[in-house]
Amino acid sequence: MSSELRYTANTQLEHLHARYTGTGHADLTKYEWLTHQHRDTLSSIVGHPTLTSYLAIADGESIGRVKFEMTERMLRPCGPPPNLKD
Amino acid sequence: MSSPEPPRLLDSYTAPKEILQEFADLADAENVVLFVETAKTRQLADYYHRRFDRVALDSIDAFKEVGGEGKGGYKDLMRRARLDQEEARVKRAIEEKQREDEAKLKRNLDKTPPASEIQDVAVELLTVKELTLSRESLGATRKRRWNISNADPNTVDTGEWSREDLISSVLKKRRCRWDASPAEPAKRSRWDQTPVVADTSMIPIVMTAPGVSQDTRYISDEELDAILPTTGYVIVTPPPGFISMVQPRKLQTPSVGGFHIQENSDVAAVRAAAGLALELPTDIPGIGNLAFFKPADAQYFARVMEEEDETERSVYEMKERKVMRLLLKIKNGTPPVRKTALKQITDKALELGAGPLFDGILPLLMERTLEDQERHLLVKVIDRVMYKLDDLVRPYVHKILVVIEPLLIDEDYYARVEAHMISTMRPDIDHADEYVRNTTARAFSVVASALGIYSVLPFLKAVCRSKKSWQTRHTGIRIIQQIAIMMGCAILPHLHNLVDCIARGLSDEQQKVRTMTALGLAALAEAAAPYGIESFANVLKPLWLGIHLHRGKGLAAFLKAVGFIIPLMDPELASDYTNERIVLRVVEQCAATESVTSAYIKHDILPDFFKSFWVRRMALDRRNYRQVVETTVELAQKAGVSEIVGRVVNELKDEAEPYRGMVMETISKVVAALGASDIDERLELKLVDGIIYSFQEQTTEDQVMLDGFGTVVNALGIRVKPYLTHIVSTILWRLNNKSAKVRQQAADLTTRLAVVIKQCGEDQLLSKLGLVLFELLGEEYPDTLGSIIAAEGAIVNIVGMTHMNPPVKDLLPRMTPILRNRREKVQEASINLIGRIADRGAESVPAREWMRICFELLGLLKADKKSIRRAAVNSFGYIAKSLGPQDVLAVLLTNLRVQERSSRVGSAIAIAIVAETCGSFTCIPAILNEYPLSFVFEYVGPQSAYYCDSIATMLEDALTDRDLVHRQTASTIVKHLALSVAGLGCEDSMLHLMNLVWPNCFEMSPHVIGAVIDAIEAMRVTLGPGVLLSYVLQGLFHPARKVREVYWRIYNALYLGAADALVPYYPDLGELSEGKVVYDRHPLQVFI
Repeated sequence: MSSELRYTANTQLEHLHARYTGTGHADLTKYEWLTHQHRDTLSSIVGHPTLTSYLAIADGESIGRVKFEMTERMLRPCGPPPNLKD
Repeated sequence: MSSPEPPRLLDSYTAPKEILQEFADLADAENVVLFVETAKTRQLADYYHRRFDRVALDSIDAFKEVGGEGKGGYKDLMRRARLDQEEARVKRAIEEKQREDEAKLKRNLDKTPPASEIQDVAVELLTVKELTLSRESLGATRKRRWNISNADPNTVDTGEWSREDLISSVLKKRRCRWDASPAEPAKRSRWDQTPVVADTSMIPIVMTAPGVSQDTRYISDEELDAILPTTGYVIVTPPPGFISMVQPRKLQTPSVGGFHIQENSDVAAVRAAAGLALELPTDIPGIGNLAFFKPADAQYFARVMEEEDETERSVYEMKERKVMRLLLKIKNGTPPVRKTALKQITDKALELGAGPLFDGILPLLMERTLEDQERHLLVKVIDRVMYKLDDLVRPYVHKILVVIEPLLIDEDYYARVEAHMISTMRPDIDHADEYVRNTTARAFSVVASALGIYSVLPFLKAVCRSKKSWQTRHTGIRIIQQIAIMMGCAILPHLHNLVDCIARGLSDEQQKVRTMTALGLAALAEAAAPYGIESFANVLKPLWLGIHLHRGKGLAAFLKAVGFIIPLMDPELASDYTNERIVLRVVEQCAATESVTSAYIKHDILPDFFKSFWVRRMALDRRNYRQVVETTVELAQKAGVSEIVGRVVNELKDEAEPYRGMVMETISKVVAALGASDIDERLELKLVDGIIYSFQEQTTEDQVMLDGFGTVVNALGIRVKPYLTHIVSTILWRLNNKSAKVRQQAADLTTRLAVVIKQCGEDQLLSKLGLVLFELLGEEYPDTLGSIIAAEGAIVNIVGMTHMNPPVKDLLPRMTPILRNRREKVQEASINLIGRIADRGAESVPAREWMRICFELLGLLKADKKSIRRAAVNSFGYIAKSLGPQDVLAVLLTNLRVQERSSRVGSAIAIAIVAETCGSFTCIPAILNEYPLSFVFEYVGPQSAYYCDSIATMLEDALTDRDLVHRQTASTIVKHLALSVAGLGCEDSMLHLMNLVWPNCFEMSPHVIGAVIDAIEAMRVTLGPGVLLSYVLQGLFHPARKVREVYWRIYNALYLGAADALVPYYPDLGELSEGKVVYDRHPLQVFI
């Protein structure tokens, strides 16, 4: 956080942002950001019934199965984190 | 076949009411008395009334061959005039005698009068007898009315100067008081004269004395007979010795007001006698319709109205009646009737002859009931007729003049103009009556202008030098005066002659003549200006001497003449006449004349002048004081500074303060006008010494001392250097004086001296003064504080910002709290000082201090005094120039939102000043973008869509402005606009604005960045998060942390605002997968 903004209303904004999942900051890694994107995408599919049914039809699975798999994939959507690997 | 019984008809037909009303109105309108209004307003002064008293005489035709001396010739006239004068003299003598006698009688009541008195009376009696005799020898033409032909002298001569009357009046004086009748015996009017039965062609005209009307006349015997029963009454004979107050009138017919013309016909006479109200017809047989008909007309034209056998009349009478008819038509007729009658009378003038014409017109013109319009018409008739008659008019010239002359002094302009038409003259110059002479003089000047001065000159010369009577000379001179007034510069060719004519009048034995001469000269000089001084050479000396000899009106006239002649003078000549000290003013004026030499003034005027006027007494009267100072200054113009200052300088140490003030004022005015280069060293020493003394000694709060000090020191300039130390130490000492007034004066003096101190190179002294004044800024008396600040300002102004001691950066913060002082003088002085510093040395003061001052200045924008408001506004301009306009503008724009109108107006003006000093391009966007506009778009909502294209260019300018504030406010506007037009199809222009807003995301200023972030947020709404994301993606992983920080903040805002909606827009980053880490979003790659 820049020093200039320390005492301004924007400070509160920063804090506000930090309280939400999925928000980022200057030191965020590619892996973290993309993980968030994936989780957003998965939750969006689960959240929109039309998307769920679309996938269910495409995969030939039941809607319930699709929902379950999507939710399961949220755990590590992009695989293990790179630093863990290194 | 008609039915035996006619069908039943209405009882009667009646005209509609409106028509009846209309007729009634018409009748009313016709009954309106004409001239009522004018009659009311036309109130003739007594003086003008006198024209009714004049008697006209037949004048002889000088060009006609007449054997011997005809009656009415010039000679005869002059003789008559002499007689008149003699008569007036005797009358006066008698009156005087009578007064004396009465006084005496009162003293010694029943005493037998002394023999001497009886003798006096006897002598008087004799004189009168002779007089009467001489008149008879003249053929009893005295007092003859015009038109009276060879009437019996005895019947005619029954006027107040008839023999019997005179004798009786003389005798009467002998009676003692007891049996004296209480009435005043003399002075009977012409009413007493017996009117003559005119059986000849000439008609006597009797003028009515003013004030005698039908209501006030005495009842005649005949009338009494008619009223009273015939029996039971006896007419009592008056007691012996009784003399009635008024001679019983021998009335043949009672006169009914106005004047009356004798008639042969009894019908009219009886009708008139009965006092029957004549029904006044407007339709006269043989004349036709008239516009109006007055009672007076009925009398005058009675004869015309009778219907009698025309054949009985003589030719003259026929003509007369014809003239009368025409006149009546002209006077009273409707315009068309009048026109034809006028034409007729003109055409037939020769045929009718001068006699009947003028006998008809002139008496009519003398009638007092005549209205302006009627008189105008009659004068017109005379004009036309005279033109036709040509030299046949001659016998009537005097008559005409008598009637016409009074019109010359009539108030009515047109009457005067008409009178000018008649330019034939005959002398009436030495009449005993001033009125007659006045009218004659005026008439003569008209004649002179008509004939040319040259042709009347010999006559004028003769008249002005007449030895016969002073009245003649008086009138002659008055004629010349009138000529000068009337003709103006046209008199120049004859100026010399004219002045010669009246020159002798100056030494006339009669005071009135001398006065008139002086007035005449004044008129001539005024008319001749600026030429002709040589013509006045002869009269100059008598005029100057006359000033000594006269007083009152005479002196006024002489001074007037001198006053008018002096401007004509040659320079050399004027100097001879200035040794007269009439009044200070004259000295002043004389001194202003270019020719008066300084040597002359020094030697002849100054010693006397200073002796008589430079005394303490003069200083006490304000008007004398001013005049003395003025005159002295004027003299100094000629005599030189050192001469005057040298004379008065010692008085600077006089003990009387008002006198010192007078001296000081004079010196300062003289020095201010002429400079001090003339002053030598000794005088300089004395002068400075005197000034310091009088300055220190002053007790009153007088501007004079201060101004004088300043003026003198400034005039001396560098020469004052030796005295400066002394002066400054005096000031310093007085600056710490106990009395606030003294401190104030010292400060004021510092203000005035600052320039000179600098000139003398005494910077040391200045900085010392500056420091002392700086220390004194805590002064508690506001007036003194104001003076101190003004003095400090003067020093700052002269020393300059950089060399100022104390330094400007210390001085200015000291001023900030003083700005809150409510006293106007303080405010004005401090704001001037601050403005000056802002103008010249703004860089030496930190910007923060200036902003603070700006806030203080806002309060001054609504000051009561205009100069303060102006100075405050100017200061804003200077500050804006040095700081850049944005901050000042922000302050001013904020101030626009306050309640008070005066401070809003002040702010608006200050913004205008800022625009002027910093260039309008800096202000106009700011003003446009400022709150008003942002509010507008906040409130109008979706309607903004109609405007977003048109304001796009303006916002474009503002967003690319160097000035933060502009970009900030523009961003605010963009925010409101974007939110307003979301979903309304303005994406193209919004995208354009987005491109301009976006670079501002790196701003540091909290307000600006806040506004920019807001604008970007708004863009998310209107453009959609996808577009925004494409912007944000550019910098999320920027190598610079500061960039990343900003972008991530925007991303976070975007993410929180539209996380779900971003899903389809995230870039496909599958190619970044490596090993176990797979970034492909497989669920999104499914395709049916």
